[in-house]
Amino acid sequence: MSEQIKETKTESATNGAQKPTSPNSDLKLDFASFWEYSTAPESGDFFDLKESYDHFIGGKFVKPVKGRYMKTINPSNEEVIAEFAEGTSEDVDSAVKAARKAYDKEWSKLSGKERGKYIYRLARMIQGRSRELAIVESMDGGKPIRESRDVDIPLAAAYFFYYAGWADKLDYAFPGREAKPLGVCGQIIPWNFPLLMLSWKIAPALAAGNTVVLKPAEATPLTALIFAEICQDAGLPDGVVNIVTGAGQTGAEIVNHPDVNKIAFTGSTKVGKIIQKSLAGTDKKFTLELGGKGANIVFEDAPIDQTVDGIINAIFFNQGHVCCAGSRLLVQEGIADRLIQKLKDRMETLIVGDPLDKNTDVGAINSKMQFDKINEYIEIGKNEGATIHQSSCNLPDSGFFCRPTLFMDVAQSNRIVQEEIFGPVLTIQTFRTPDEAVQKANNTQYGLSGGVWTDKGSKIFKIGSQIRSGVIWSNTFNKFDPTSPFGGYKESGVGREGGLHGLYPYVKLK
Amino acid sequence: MSDRIKVLKTYKTYVDGKFPRSESDRTYKITDSKGKTIANACRCTRKDVRNAVVPARAAFSGWSSRSAYNRGQVLYRIAEMLEGRKEQFVEELMLTDVKKSDAENEVQLSIDRLIYFAGWTDKYPQVFGTVNPVASAHFNFSMPESTGVVGIIAPDESPLLALVSLVAPVIAGGNSCVVLASEVNPLPAVSFGEVLHASDVPGGAVNILTGFRDEMLDHLTSHMDVNAVFNTILDQNTRKLIDENASISIKRVEHYEAKNWKDDSHENPYLILNFQETKTTWHPIGV
Repeated sequence: MSEQIKETKTESATNGAQKPTSPNSDLKLDFASFWEYSTAPESGDFFDLKESYDHFIGGKFVKPVKGRYMKTINPSNEEVIAEFAEGTSEDVDSAVKAARKAYDKEWSKLSGKERGKYIYRLARMIQGRSRELAIVESMDGGKPIRESRDVDIPLAAAYFFYYAGWADKLDYAFPGREAKPLGVCGQIIPWNFPLLMLSWKIAPALAAGNTVVLKPAEATPLTALIFAEICQDAGLPDGVVNIVTGAGQTGAEIVNHPDVNKIAFTGSTKVGKIIQKSLAGTDKKFTLELGGKGANIVFEDAPIDQTVDGIINAIFFNQGHVCCAGSRLLVQEGIADRLIQKLKDRMETLIVGDPLDKNTDVGAINSKMQFDKINEYIEIGKNEGATIHQSSCNLPDSGFFCRPTLFMDVAQSNRIVQEEIFGPVLTIQTFRTPDEAVQKANNTQYGLSGGVWTDKGSKIFKIGSQIRSGVIWSNTFNKFDPTSPFGGYKESGVGREGGLHGLYPYVKLK
Repeated sequence: MSDRIKVLKTYKTYVDGKFPRSESDRTYKITDSKGKTIANACRCTRKDVRNAVVPARAAFSGWSSRSAYNRGQVLYRIAEMLEGRKEQFVEELMLTDVKKSDAENEVQLSIDRLIYFAGWTDKYPQVFGTVNPVASAHFNFSMPESTGVVGIIAPDESPLLALVSLVAPVIAGGNSCVVLASEVNPLPAVSFGEVLHASDVPGGAVNILTGFRDEMLDHLTSHMDVNAVFNTILDQNTRKLIDENASISIKRVEHYEAKNWKDDSHENPYLILNFQETKTTWHPIGV
């Protein structure tokens, strides 16, 4: 292939022929034949992680009552990074008591303006320790440093900064009503965007005047525990934020604690249903941000090179561990062959490897459990008769890595089309008419995200309004912002996070 | 001249813009306080619930994609039709021993409540929608969209006004619904179906069933093609049953407490918002 490029280069110098980088050129990008990448690892030598982390309850790090600890590993080399406390009902109970006390005695009596100033401090201190947080996020979760450095951590700070400003402006948020806090919020977050999900949960809760007990995922507890240090450094009143670590059972203790007023959960639809059921008959409010199987619809008039990059970003961002990933590609027949070829070419350029290397595009799969699940789905796809294509890249010898994967010749009823894989696996279907695209896009239990690629504005609005999902990315994908509400239709969840709409779940209206 | 023999009305259900009997052919007696039979009402079953959800789903995409202006006019038309049939509804309410003045008041408030929600159809998206100032070069806006098929569990008290207060915000927001009418006095609900039928409300957008709540509520709230439940029966067992059924398919549930349906607290746009989903759309800005 490099020959072809060289040839083109010569030609372009003389007769102005298409360069590989020209819009809609059919020549493929081929960096690897021209130069080799040296490794460019991010250095973490300016901070020390503790060997062992305790719960953060009532403003202090406290040992778990039962004395049990779990280990968190680096999924890119399977080495243990640190151990952390396993929360039991006793730990959860003391965290809820601390949160209740802080709510009654301090936080609910503070003016919105003063509350806001504390939240601004948190935003600033996240920015202050951003490089450390980014490195730890990549070590603990396997995501490329470029993403944790440029997306996760800056966005987490931005969510705190945005909601800090709401704390003294709630009177303007709900026309005709007065907003009151709910009390103690129990919050359970996933492992795919650990600190970012923490910010989506804690920032609006505190701004609205609530106190929180948060449980990070057992695969990625570390940045939440560094955030606990930040709460101490910011002088946040004791008990306003409590972090209890542990696995699913610890989460269940939070959900079922009688003195919790609200549950916010981000995770799988399966667990979301269990939580909704356990809250049946109680007065606890809840928001659920669950799974997805986003359809990314490409029309024949789409700008093809931008679209290919958008598809790559939609499914391979964060190893595909994204609830709103564009995991189903729907391509209009006329451009399917050309688009798929370009997509395969572009996939070849993706660098899969060390999350801490600044060149890395696709990092490590978050855990052994998830690694096995993705591989199981790849087998299911093959057995369902789909045609598989994987990038030919080299994978590191240790750690959990998965090649970017496409499945073609799939049917709407295939499990790989219907079920959330949560990995770098894309299914490709074709369609002829816009109606067919919409029908296929909506033929799912989920409704979190959807993509529309076309040069025609009116088509974007028509198709966008017909897709039953909470976020529509048109001619873009996987963009997030604190001012922008996010959340699902149907079985992708209840409630919104982000923006003005993200305040509703944390207030009662009088 | 002898007294004319009055023609008694047969009360059926209102499903898919038609007036079918219960598929089971079962009925139950509606009586006044002295135990005298007023009418036989349909005692609907699980099959009737299913038969009502199908047209509700079919009507959803058409009704929700009507223009806001058009939905407002249709709701206004319902009010007009009800105004023209005031006397009938006053009589029907009085059959169950409601005082005439109270019955008149209930019908008038029902009409006014419809007018109130008719006016919201083209305004709540402006009140609850936002343009979001994202930090990147994108145009980003959020709009409410209808949730889907809503199961409505109406209370026994104020059988017309409560029904109107529940249905109006749901359909003003572009949803379709299946309503379990008051068990004690479902007669005004069935007659309200006739009003809807005469008001340009598309068939299937509102479906009204009568019968025993115990025999229908479980099936309606566990139905996989129902997206939300608007419930006014607040005893702990019912609430828990509905919540558990909702968790099967992540249904939205609103348990709504109303002490007095005549109170104007039941007129607010947050009742519409409860059955809306917020959709956020992004588009790059560039040349």
